[in-house]
Amino acid sequence: MKPAPFDYQAPDTLREAIDLLASNPEAFVIAGGQSLMPVLAFRLATPSLLVDLRRLPGLGNIAVGDDGLSLGALVRWRDIEDDQRLVAVHPLLHAAVAHIAHYQIRNRGTVGGSLAHADPAAELPGVAVTCEGEITLFGPVGSRTVRASDFFTGPLSTLRQPDEIITELHLPKWPSSRRWAFRKYARRDGDFALAGILLFYDEDRQGALSNAHIGVIGACPRPHRLTAVETLLNGHIIDDGLIRQAAATAAEEVDPPDDLHGDAAYRRGLVATLIARGLRAAAQNGGA
Amino acid sequence: MRVSFRVNGDPVAVDVEPRLHLADCLRDMLSLTGTHLGCEHGACGACTVIVDGAAVRACLMLTVQTEGASVVTVEGLSSDKALSPLQTAFRKHHALQCGFCTPGMLTTAHALLTEEPDADADRIRSALSGNLCRCTGYIPIVEAVLEARAAYRKANRP
Repeated sequence: MKPAPFDYQAPDTLREAIDLLASNPEAFVIAGGQSLMPVLAFRLATPSLLVDLRRLPGLGNIAVGDDGLSLGALVRWRDIEDDQRLVAVHPLLHAAVAHIAHYQIRNRGTVGGSLAHADPAAELPGVAVTCEGEITLFGPVGSRTVRASDFFTGPLSTLRQPDEIITELHLPKWPSSRRWAFRKYARRDGDFALAGILLFYDEDRQGALSNAHIGVIGACPRPHRLTAVETLLNGHIIDDGLIRQAAATAAEEVDPPDDLHGDAAYRRGLVATLIARGLRAAAQNGGA
Repeated sequence: MRVSFRVNGDPVAVDVEPRLHLADCLRDMLSLTGTHLGCEHGACGACTVIVDGAAVRACLMLTVQTEGASVVTVEGLSSDKALSPLQTAFRKHHALQCGFCTPGMLTTAHALLTEEPDADADRIRSALSGNLCRCTGYIPIVEAVLEARAAYRKANRP
């Protein structure tokens, strides 16, 4: 359980960090290290160099603006939990982050690290995709912004190039009247989700659903939205029948993995149950 | 690489390979063997120490990342060879049997109660959920932490 040897640099500027990555093709980026350190301990990766982002200025900010919320790559889970503005500014994010791993890991784990690691069961990638977030990366030719729905390409796979560093996640503005839910099932507190769902919707004057966004984590090769469920919900008033239909549609639409933690049929059932519970909570309480 | 930081208030400087995690540094280079290593991949919580006030897993942090930081280990929780109120509560409630997980339980609970001396049982269970104990069944541990809250409230009073 000891990592293979590597060199280590903690540069002072983003440009220096990019130069180090560009000139060392086998280099890895480390921030909080809460996903990377186990990977190194198991020697699933043997990078030649770790480029630590801890000295880079300006990446630890949580900025609330007219167009939404921006999270710097070095923002830790605990920074989000402690920022009481976010309970109103982005309740779905705030609720989801409380479910990430354990107390000690939330003290070190970062926004950028979770996005770059791209575990299909991770909470933040689910929030980013469900909420139409945008991810900004900085590389040798400057910065680019990618839609979260495009960014995650498969398990532990993203559009990030080895010489790029994630600098920011932007989430669009969240209306205060929006209804939402986060539901996750894991066997033990803090484990990765066997299945999880994130959802929100708005309502028109007659109370019909609009702008439904339904996301899934865990029961999928990458976080994604369930568009058939969204189409089913939009334009209708929520009731028990609609919730049942939505749950059944979700179970059909997901493509869950089949592994020793849970078979595909079980995960389909979980998604249906979590969708039903989430929709019921959103309809009754507004958010939960 | 040369790394300087503080451990339990004292400045230390060590020469380490970049791959050496903090728990191995504490145990093997600084002879602070109170920090235990169970899984070495962030699952068991036995190696929890407090870095700049926050409970972290010492096996998931490189020593080189602690440059300039202040680290507190289980050895730093008590002074004058007397048990701290938290440790006293653990003894009173039989919150340990084999003791392997205890340093991680103590450091985690200490960090929690220092920041949140009014933490309720649910919050305590949540904060300790990343610390595995194979002996006690957790109930005495939660009872001990609940009882220790009084001492932290007193300590926080101006």
